[in-house]
Amino acid sequence: MAIDRAEAARIAALAKLELAEDELDAVAVQLSAVLEFVAQLDELGLEPGEATVLAPSGAPLRTDEPDGRTLAPGQATAGAPEAEDGFFLVPPVVENLEP
Amino acid sequence: MTATAPWQRSAREIATAVRAGRLAPAEVAEAGFAGPGARWEREVHAVLAADVSARAVAAAAAPRDRSLAGVPVLVKDNLCTVDHPTTCGSRILEGWRSPYDATVVRRLREAGAVLVGKGNMDEFAMGSSTEFSAYGPTRNPHDLTRVPGGSSGGPAAAVAYGLVPIALGSDTGGSVRQPAAFCGVYGLKPTYGRLSRYGLVAFGSSLDQVGVFARHVGDVAAVYEALAGPDPFDASSRCGAPPDVRDWTAGVRGLRFGWPENLWREGVDGAIVAALERAASSLERAGAIRVPFEFLPGRYAVATYYLLATAEASSNLARFDGVRYGLRHRAADLGELYSGTRGRGFGPEVRRRILLGTYALSSGYHDQYYGKASAARTRIAAEYRAAFGHGDFMLLPATPTLPFRLGEKTGDPLAMYLSDVFTLGANLAGIPGLSVPMGLEPGGLPVGVQLLGPADSEPVLLRAARAIEMDGEPARIASAEEREPAWPGSR
Amino acid sequence: MAWEPVIGLECHVQLRTRTKMFCGCPVAFGSEPNTNVCPVCLGLPGALPRTNAAAVAHALRLGAALGCRLREHSVFARKNYFYPDMPKNYQVSQYDRPLCEGGALSVTVEGAARAVRLTRIHLEEDAGKSFHPERHGDRRLSRVDFNRAGVPLLELVTEPVLRSPEECALFLSALRRLVRWLGLSDGDMEKGQLRCDANVSLRTPGTARLGTKTEIKNLNSIKAVERGLRAEIARQAVLLDAGERVVQATLLYDADQDRLAVMRTKEQAHDYRYFPDPDLPVLEADEAARTHALASLPELPWAREARFRDALGLPAYDAAVLTESRELSEYFEASAPPAHAKLASNWVMNEVLRVLKERSWDVGDWAVRVPAARFADFLGRVAARELPGPVAKQVFSWLPDESGPVSEILARHGVVVASGDDELRPLVRAVMDEQPAAVAQLLAGEEKPFGFLVGQAMKKSGGQAVPEVLRRLLREELAARSPRP
Repeated sequence: MAIDRAEAARIAALAKLELAEDELDAVAVQLSAVLEFVAQLDELGLEPGEATVLAPSGAPLRTDEPDGRTLAPGQATAGAPEAEDGFFLVPPVVENLEP
Repeated sequence: MTATAPWQRSAREIATAVRAGRLAPAEVAEAGFAGPGARWEREVHAVLAADVSARAVAAAAAPRDRSLAGVPVLVKDNLCTVDHPTTCGSRILEGWRSPYDATVVRRLREAGAVLVGKGNMDEFAMGSSTEFSAYGPTRNPHDLTRVPGGSSGGPAAAVAYGLVPIALGSDTGGSVRQPAAFCGVYGLKPTYGRLSRYGLVAFGSSLDQVGVFARHVGDVAAVYEALAGPDPFDASSRCGAPPDVRDWTAGVRGLRFGWPENLWREGVDGAIVAALERAASSLERAGAIRVPFEFLPGRYAVATYYLLATAEASSNLARFDGVRYGLRHRAADLGELYSGTRGRGFGPEVRRRILLGTYALSSGYHDQYYGKASAARTRIAAEYRAAFGHGDFMLLPATPTLPFRLGEKTGDPLAMYLSDVFTLGANLAGIPGLSVPMGLEPGGLPVGVQLLGPADSEPVLLRAARAIEMDGEPARIASAEEREPAWPGSR
Repeated sequence: MAWEPVIGLECHVQLRTRTKMFCGCPVAFGSEPNTNVCPVCLGLPGALPRTNAAAVAHALRLGAALGCRLREHSVFARKNYFYPDMPKNYQVSQYDRPLCEGGALSVTVEGAARAVRLTRIHLEEDAGKSFHPERHGDRRLSRVDFNRAGVPLLELVTEPVLRSPEECALFLSALRRLVRWLGLSDGDMEKGQLRCDANVSLRTPGTARLGTKTEIKNLNSIKAVERGLRAEIARQAVLLDAGERVVQATLLYDADQDRLAVMRTKEQAHDYRYFPDPDLPVLEADEAARTHALASLPELPWAREARFRDALGLPAYDAAVLTESRELSEYFEASAPPAHAKLASNWVMNEVLRVLKERSWDVGDWAVRVPAARFADFLGRVAARELPGPVAKQVFSWLPDESGPVSEILARHGVVVASGDDELRPLVRAVMDEQPAAVAQLLAGEEKPFGFLVGQAMKKSGGQAVPEVLRRLLREELAARSPRP
């Protein structure tokens, strides 16, 4: 099996997704099945490459002018789960996570 | 059969009447929700949010002299709207209010359309049946035990049963075309970049396009015309004037259409094959020329899609973290806040796809999965371009099966993915696709076929669909009054 | 054991554009929290980035100034990681096709010019700001402000060619000078407008193989860079001397404690899962744009510094100080009278800079009050010996606070300068008549009384005489009275 329980847990940590214990096994099985399916891409005999870039070039870049879409004061934190004095609030920011 | 009640009319009919002062937008906006519409909605559950005062405000504000004056519209719940919540069918955005309208929503309003509510969908557009909505599934109006398709099941169903004449969905791998076929309505996925994605909550950024549902080809054309065009707020939108679809009635005489019969020799329901033949005959009677050819099997597209779309999605959905908006799982530790919020706020299909996409991009696997899929995408796009050397457009199935039953595929993700085998390719290639309803099969279920064309061939696709529309008998869901009394909820 | 440090720097320059990198929010500082944000830089669902043309132009100019290869097609890529100051939990940056590659920055190390080779320069967006945890009732919470999120950054990476903390300090000073010179940024490290992370390893001198490197972050000033590097070099040396291995890690420097702390080890390193951002087209810098970037460059600081040394004959020290800022160098050059560069340099370096410091002015504040032409007038008079030492200093002190041409100022304050022979010769003769003993000593060959006589003549002139003229006249008179054989 391409993805075992430990690997599923590793990916879940990378993706910041909490999975229940019993879910880990099911997810490992399902992902393995999908990976097995996608392996048939090897039949095309292609080297890893870049996709055709669909986003078209040729459009001019944005000029360095304010565009009037800045939110009104208070709007940013209006729907926030936790905010105070205009700041968003989160549990302590531990330096370990900082890139 | 002539439709007389406002909710049964076409968008163009409504707009004409409103412009002439014969109909009031408020009246039309409410009509879909009253009487039969209310009964339908209770069973079908196409709508996630429909605020009566919001639509009254919208109706009052709608300009009366534009192309879609007074036309009620439902938009999929992954399009941002200021007057209704935007949940993307997920708990993680339950009740969330966007401070801005998506560009396509803004253009609809500027064209006079009245937003009456938000349509149900598979969570974050990940699904092919609308069964993965956190707010309950939508049912197929033609058979309430079956799915309407997905992920834009709500908008498709709402057009099918007549709540609204037009609706907007989104199509990343077939999420407009497949539910259109399942519900018996037209569903257009435009050329990538022709409709702005600003305000469409991203799933697979290089694949997503806003799509149009309607019961008439002319309505599809009218909405496309109102919405298409570059948007300075979407850097991936195509610059330059969009294709001109005003000649959608010009016919198909002399046009050639590709007929990739190898794709449906096996594994496609007989009713769909029969519908393909009927569509081809309609086109030939209208003067088009059928050109059989052999095309690349869809399984490569499925594999490619499920690596690229999930990779992009894993990144696009990272912003849902409980910090700035939406659901938050309270925790003393930041890591727990992230994982707890996302683990609880996302449903199982979304979690699966995020994991798959994360894996495909991760160190050590990046080349093997994301890299190979990217190269495969280039090849698939080239195959489509070559295919259009055979014809100005292509006729093929929209789906391999008729609408399946609720619960039939939810246990097998791979089986669900394979139902997109005929639609995914267009997203990978960035080309337009149009689902054309071909009536009901003997069991009463809608059957649809699909037209695909090269980039910017929307005018050709609409002309071809029109030729079929004029020749055949496209499905139209009967109003509650017109159906047999056995319909649950009547009398 | 003498180890050779091998250091590479990764610098971030915050650009001074009007709006952010990918949205039209203004770049402003000191605003109320979360008031300079929009759906894009706040990472709201459905928002999309749009590239700022001015930021790209700035990047091309910096690349051109440093002799980089400017890429015609570069790609924006997503760098994926979760952090509360990241609105999208990915940063739009550039990965394997950056805008600029190669190039070098010229740094003067111990009088010699060294070209510090660069690897690349690319564009990216800044994150918001999170603050230290504080007490909130019975919980501890951190505040987050996204005003800074999305501000354009240039990331500049050097090859591992720096060999000492001092060299790094010089490099940063030179970089700071350059970005200010080109108007890209104010480059103030304390304000986070110029940031620096360092990678350092040690190896046996004369070998080519690189040792294991560590990364040092949180270096918030040029001094911190020097001290942090010194501390880490010392730490690694101790390990290697003891025969132990250096473990690859990321370290945080604490400036207050002058200490390093391990932030994370290699095992905990992020997997950024870079991939091209599908929301943004390939960034095109066509031939015209690249040519224009090069053509639009002003005389660059090191070139001007060299010209001041070679063409104007200024000492290296003066040339360096005067080219510390573009405004200062331009002011100097515009006000220096021909053939009196050194004089002008002295006045600018010693007097003008002193006033700037005292009054917390920048060059512009001074120049608006003392335009170059006016200062040139003043300096011209000094050069022509019309304003002797103390008088000149006095007149200088009036310049920034009073308006009008120098001649008016002199008249207004009754500054009369006596420099004519007809005016001064009688005074000199009078003094010689009054001091026969001193005159006799001088005629006998002694030199000591010379200064005394000049001083007396100066007193007689009420301090208005030009000393050089007095001296010359005195010599002439002495020569005239010399006994002929």
